[in-house]
Order: sequence, then structure tokens, then C-alpha cells
Amino acid sequence: MTTIPIDEPRIEQHSNYLTNGYSVKSWLLTTDHKRIALLYLITITLFFFLGGAFAVLIRLDLMTPAGDLMRDETYNKMFTMHGIIMVFFFLIPAVPAVLGNFLIPLMIGARDLAFPRINLLSWYVFVIGGLFTLASVASGGVDTGWTFYTPYSSTYANTHVVLAALGVFITGFSSILTGLNFIVTVHTMRAPGMTWFRLPLFVWANYATSLIMILGTPVLAVTIVLVAIERIFGVGIFDPKLGGDPLLFQHLFWFYSHPAVYIMILPSMGVISELVTCFSRKRIFGYGFVAVSSLLIAVYGFLVWGHHMFVSGQSVYAGMIFSFLSFFVAIPSAIKVFNWTATLYKGSISYQTPMLYVFGFIGLFAIGGLTGLFLATLAVDVHVHDTYFIVAHFHYIMVGGVVMGYLGGIHFWWPKITGRMYPEGWAKLAALIIFVGFNLTFFPQFLLGYLGMPRRYHVYPEEFQILNVMSSAGASILGVGYLLPLVYLFWSLRWGPAAGPNPWAAAGLEWQTSSPPPTENFEKIPIVTQEAYAYSEGSGFPVSPEADYKEGGSPVVHS
Amino acid sequence: MSKLFTALPSLQFRLMPEDASSISGRVDALYYFLVAVSTFFAGLIFVLVLYFALRYRHRPEVQQPATSHTGNLKLEITWIVIPFVLVMIMFGWGAKLFVEMRTMPPDALEVFVVGKQWMWKLQHPNGRREINELHVPVGRPVMLRMISEDVIHSFYVPAFRMKQDVLPGYYTTAWFEAQKTGRYHLFCAEYCGTEHSSMIGQVIVMEQEDYQRWLAGGDTERSVIELGQELFTGKGSCRTCHSPDSGPRGPDLTGLYGTTVHLQDGRKVTADENYLRESILRPGNKIVFGYESLMPPYEGQLSEEEVLQLIAYIKTLGGTEAAPGSPATRPAREPPTTAPAAMQPTSPSTQPAGARR
Repeated sequence: MTTIPIDEPRIEQHSNYLTNGYSVKSWLLTTDHKRIALLYLITITLFFFLGGAFAVLIRLDLMTPAGDLMRDETYNKMFTMHGIIMVFFFLIPAVPAVLGNFLIPLMIGARDLAFPRINLLSWYVFVIGGLFTLASVASGGVDTGWTFYTPYSSTYANTHVVLAALGVFITGFSSILTGLNFIVTVHTMRAPGMTWFRLPLFVWANYATSLIMILGTPVLAVTIVLVAIERIFGVGIFDPKLGGDPLLFQHLFWFYSHPAVYIMILPSMGVISELVTCFSRKRIFGYGFVAVSSLLIAVYGFLVWGHHMFVSGQSVYAGMIFSFLSFFVAIPSAIKVFNWTATLYKGSISYQTPMLYVFGFIGLFAIGGLTGLFLATLAVDVHVHDTYFIVAHFHYIMVGGVVMGYLGGIHFWWPKITGRMYPEGWAKLAALIIFVGFNLTFFPQFLLGYLGMPRRYHVYPEEFQILNVMSSAGASILGVGYLLPLVYLFWSLRWGPAAGPNPWAAAGLEWQTSSPPPTENFEKIPIVTQEAYAYSEGSGFPVSPEADYKEGGSPVVHS
Repeated sequence: MSKLFTALPSLQFRLMPEDASSISGRVDALYYFLVAVSTFFAGLIFVLVLYFALRYRHRPEVQQPATSHTGNLKLEITWIVIPFVLVMIMFGWGAKLFVEMRTMPPDALEVFVVGKQWMWKLQHPNGRREINELHVPVGRPVMLRMISEDVIHSFYVPAFRMKQDVLPGYYTTAWFEAQKTGRYHLFCAEYCGTEHSSMIGQVIVMEQEDYQRWLAGGDTERSVIELGQELFTGKGSCRTCHSPDSGPRGPDLTGLYGTTVHLQDGRKVTADENYLRESILRPGNKIVFGYESLMPPYEGQLSEEEVLQLIAYIKTLGGTEAAPGSPATRPAREPPTTAPAAMQPTSPSTQPAGARR
């Protein structure tokens, strides 16, 4: 695999979506879902590394109990900006806006999304929201925490709350437009024969995500406007001194922000379903259960917001109901993990990079999901609420889940997106480093949390130092893991071997067109006769990804 | 960096916080149960994934037989039902313990807690105050009645597994019973601004006698109730309108605490601490049936501590001064069953209250 003979297939010279115009204008005014996906890819990568830089500073500062690196104000701004940027500008858009945008039309056999211009608009809205947020960083930052809890945010904070909130508000519309576009596309633009239960699970997952986006995001938008109104005009909504109710904010905020966790994780779960089948050469185990569990997670997600408020002063009965309902989310999550595991059974498993990310995802999601049970359990949550236990838990679920799914997906579809292969050895190394680094960073935080270290603490008692140093050491490893793909994926754009249309001998529709795909996706709209996981029983695959790779991915012929 | 390395060896490494309250051991037991279940399932998944990944790895020389293992209803039902049963156990266990945590023991020592950016102010029943420190006797339930002067704080004592948010504008309560003497961390757990991580203190658990000695040691002259009475008759001049012979000026407060109050707009509320507080600070929000909105708002006139003292005094009006055998709800204040519309006076701005349901 180290040397590629000179007469290997090259990037095909036929016109594809990348060669369809080279001017800046051809990119900035494109309505091609694939180009828009790349615009998102570039934007969210920038935000990811900016948010990551804040994380580096946070972890450096927490090396010592006294927090010697920065002042209280600075530290508070660091974790706030880290949270806002990572949540709203990376975790939420990462998989849907990049991979979803690129793949949904290809996967369902359509030439584009239903509203190509709205799709472009949603990227512009995203960028404008991002600029507002960056403006709040540049003008001195904001220190409310990404949760904007009132009345601190609405009355007491002396930082640029309105500017940052406006950024989040605007970006929300980008989510809404993308969700709308996906839903309409899936309903109206499926190729002939692409029935609902032949849809790839990635499409199901994005469909469920889109429902949350269009139902939940407006609530966040309204909430943020209310905070701004109270802050600017002094109208009493949340601050009791003005006659408001501080808990009202928490109800409204978590009504969106709890489902938002599923906006982040569901598309990643969709990615995992695609990867696990391809690298096991097997149909997904329990397709119907995996598909419907996405919808169940989306629905339950709207019923559990109060589990963020067990110690907030919410009534005991409300706490019990929200605890009860929260446990229901465990079931569809368990269904997914067990079905992925069962998919491996009697498969033909190969360990390319995307599959390593599948293993990584299952590992991190299992830990993140199971620790979620601790938080749904009322009496235990009283102790660990607002401690590092929570920090560890949501990093495992949200960050672990999204990063594993996103990077796994980026590697899997990189040959489709760029027409070139990434360097496998480096990619495997990076996947391993990220997994190890992630666990070293965040596992000690579970222990810190149960010991009682509160989150958002700049200065902490000395007995918490060892675990904090361990966490910071892990973060340095994790940082290296994140930088590696940035380097070698860039490298592969120029020097990566040509991939051919289907280097993984995968069965999905997106692999039946050339790599990179033509602007119109398919020369002829395909007629679908089977689902995307037709790997077993007579689908006639040579089942040898390595061999296929070496041959430059000659198109696989169906029997 | 030298500071870092010199500091490390002296630190002890522990996985569990101190277990110092009547509830902490029981929370830990539930925690261990959760750890056991989670470890089992995480282990099961990891072992299966690893085993399958190795056992069914792709071998070029072996043509993998086509399989039909793509679904199994019995299996699906199994892994829906078993987790469901387990999580329901977690729910029940956690909820039962939570209800105990949230049920205030009747004989508890009541301590007032006022949080503000960035300190804790506390006051004991005998009037002794402290800042960022709470002295309590061992083996006696202590109830905290808490309020914030500004933003949301959270009173967190890890060694007691106890945490409760402290809200502005609304009393929250929490209780604990310390079972080991010693000094324990008190943290603010809800982010409250710049010096959030400095809003810390200590809970000092003492033997009964030491506690009594400590309690008597302050320069305290008046108890909380006496302070409240002083406000009632003095600065607040509440007595003028709220005494048994005050007539239509204002309702008599004797025996009020804990009763049901009928309001002008037809609502009924329980006269608890939060109602009393609101009626002192913003009396216009809830007008008692049959009275007019005459009372000026005391918001800004009284500190949170003073309001707490006033309420403590008003509560004593019920038990000690009320005539024995007086009915819990006072018929004089009850509206006629069918209130004629003409009887509804035009009361200014009965806006919805800031109080929570």
C-alpha cells in the first residue's frame, strides 16, 4: 500500500462538481449542495480549531489549583466562548451541514436538495451569525457560559451578551432552513424505487434531526430575544427584581438545548450505521429498529428538558416526571448500540480508518450514554449536577459522538468528496491517538465530578489537582490527534491516490456515481431496486476492500 | 512548573468524596449500583465488539458465506425489555431517595442562607451570623432556607451529597444531617459571575456541646424572631395595619401561616414563606379578598435578611398568639360561594406574580 504504480487510475478528467468553475464567484454563488457542503466544511473547521484553542487555554490554566495562567474574568470568557463556538458552530452543524448536505441528495438519487438557493442562504446566515459571535470575541468576549442563565446574562453580566446572543440567534435560522430543506427533499425527491424503508439510515437520522431543528430552534430564538429585551429595555421577564421568573429561562432554554444534543448525536449515529455495514459487509441488523429509534429519540428529546433542573427549585413532582421520561431515552439508544454490535456478528470485518471510528464511537457513546443514567437518577444527580461529572458526560456524548461520527464519515466519504484517498496509515494513527487522548482527557473528569469539583471553577482546592493534570495531559494528546487529519487530508488533496467511484465496494447509491460526482450527481437518475445495505446473499460483491483499493476502485457491478 | 511538581506528591489520591451525612452513604450505594450496571453493559459491549471484530475479521482467502443475520425480533425485544427493567429500578430507587432529600424533617434547626455575588451570608435561629462558614451540630437535621440577592447560586456540600440552587426572588430549602465532625467544602455550584470559584466556604460539623458553646460565643443580642418582631412594630410599621383590631386597613396576621388565603381575583394560595415574602415586598400582586390594595411595596426597603426575620416572626403569630382551637381557615376572610361581580373592587395592577407554581 506504500507505493502506487504510475498507471493507476487518475482523477477522472470528466467534468465534476469541483471542476465546474474555479472562480471565487462560482463558489460563493453556487447552489450545488456539494459545493455548499464544502463551504460549510471550511467554515466549521475554522470554528472547531478556534473553539479548540480556547479549550487548550482552559486546560493549561487548570494545571494548577490557583489558575495561574489567567484572571477570573478571562477564564470565564474562555469557557463561555469555547462552549458557544463548539456547540453552535461545530457540534450542531458538523454532520448535517457538511455530510448531510453533500450526501442526502446522492443517497436518495436526487440532483440537489429541494431548495438549492435556500441552502446557499443557510450558509450565509450561518456565516453572518458566526461573524457576530466572532465580533463578540474580538470586542472582549462574553462570560455567561454557553447556557446564558438568567438573571446573570440578562441583568448582571458586564460583557457583550447581546452580541454573542445575536450570533446564536442568527445561526439558529441556518439550522431551521437546513432542516426544512432536508425534510422537503426526503419527502419529494427520492428516486424511483427509493421507498421510505429503503432509505439509508443516515438519511433517516438526518430526517429525525431536521424535525428537531425546525421544532426546537425557534424556541431558542424566542428565548434569546427575550434575554435581549430584558437586557436592553429592562422589561421584566426573567429577573425577579423586575418581576420576572429566572426559572422560566431554564425551561425555555433546555426545551431547545436538550433536543439539541440529539441534533448533534443523531446524524453521527446515522454515519455509524453506514460505516458499520460497509466494513462488516453485511446488512444492518434490525434496520427497522435502528430507523425508528432515531425518530423515538427525536420525540423523547422534547419531553425531558426538566432533567437539567432537578436542583433548580423545580417541584419534586416535576423532577420525578422528568427523571422517569429521561430513562426512556436510554431504550432507543441501547437499541442502536446493540444493533450495531449485532451487525458485526458473522460479518466480514475489515479495519480501515472509518471502521476504527465506528469502534471509537461505540466505546465513547456507551460510556457517555451509561453515565447519562447517573444523571437521570434523581438522588445521584443532586450530587453530580453542575460538577465535572456533567462536563465529562456531555463531552463523551456530544463531542465523542459527533467527532467520531464526523471524522469517520469524513474519511469514509473523502474519496467521494475529493476523488482521492487519504493516507491510511496516518489516518489509523490519528484515530487511535484521538480515542486515547479523548479518554485520558475526559475520564478523569468523571472522578473529579463525583469527588465534588464544580464546573466552571477557575480556582479549585488542591486535592483535585492530580486528576486535573491528568485531564490536561490527555488534552495535549487529543490536540495532536485533531491536528493530524487536518494535515494529511490537505496533503491528500494533491498527493492522495485516485479513489475511483467506489473504493470501499459500498452498496449505497452515492457510490454508483463517479468520484467526485458530476454537478448533477447522476448522469441518469437511478432506479432503486434494493436498499443501501445489499451486502449479503447474492448482491455479488467481491468483498475485498483492500483488493478493490489497489485496483483504484473499479466500479463494482451488481449481479 | 516547579510549583506543580512539588505540590503533587503531597496530595492524596481518592476516588470517593467523604461520606459525612445521613444521606451520603445511601447516595453512594445507588451510585455503586449504577457503576455496576454500567460497567457490566459497557464491558459486555466492548467484549462483544472486540470478539466479533477478531472472530469475523475479513480474510481474503475465505469467501465469507452469505449470512442472513440481519434481524431477530426476539433479540430486539430482549434488549429492549432488560434495559427497561433496569432503568425503572434506577428511577424508583433514585426517586425514593430524592423524595427523602426533599422532605424537610419537622424538628430541623433552621438556618437562613443569603447568597450574593460572591459570598454566603448565614444566620442561626439565635441570631448569630456568619459568612462563608456554617457551624452545625453533628447528628441533628439542619434545614436551610435560602435566597439570593442577585443571580442564581447553588449551595453544594459534596461530603453531604447535598445541592440546592439558591434563587433570587424565591425561597428554596434543603436539609442535611451531618454524621461526622469535621470541616467540609461548601461550593457555589451554579455559575454566578466573575468570582464564582471563590464563592466557597466550609461547613464545620461540631459536637453538640461545642456547637452550643460556639452558638453562645457570638455578640448576638437578639434571636431571629426577636429581630423580626422589632421590624414588625418598628421599621416596618406592619403592626399599624396588621393587628387583630386593624379592621379594613389590612388583614390580621394571627394564625395566618400555613392557612389558605382567598384572593380578590378568586385564586386561593397557601400562606407559605414565599407568599409572605411576596406580600411584603410586592403586596399588589396578591390582594386578600375583601381588602383594598393600600399597602406600599417594601421592595428595596428591607434586606433579604430582614424579610426572613419578619417571616420568622409572622410564623410565630400562628402558634403562640392565636387563640387555641381557632379554625385553620378563617371564615371571616372567605368570599361568598358565589361572589357577585359588583363586589370585585377595582384593584390596581394585579399582575401575575413572579412566584412559581
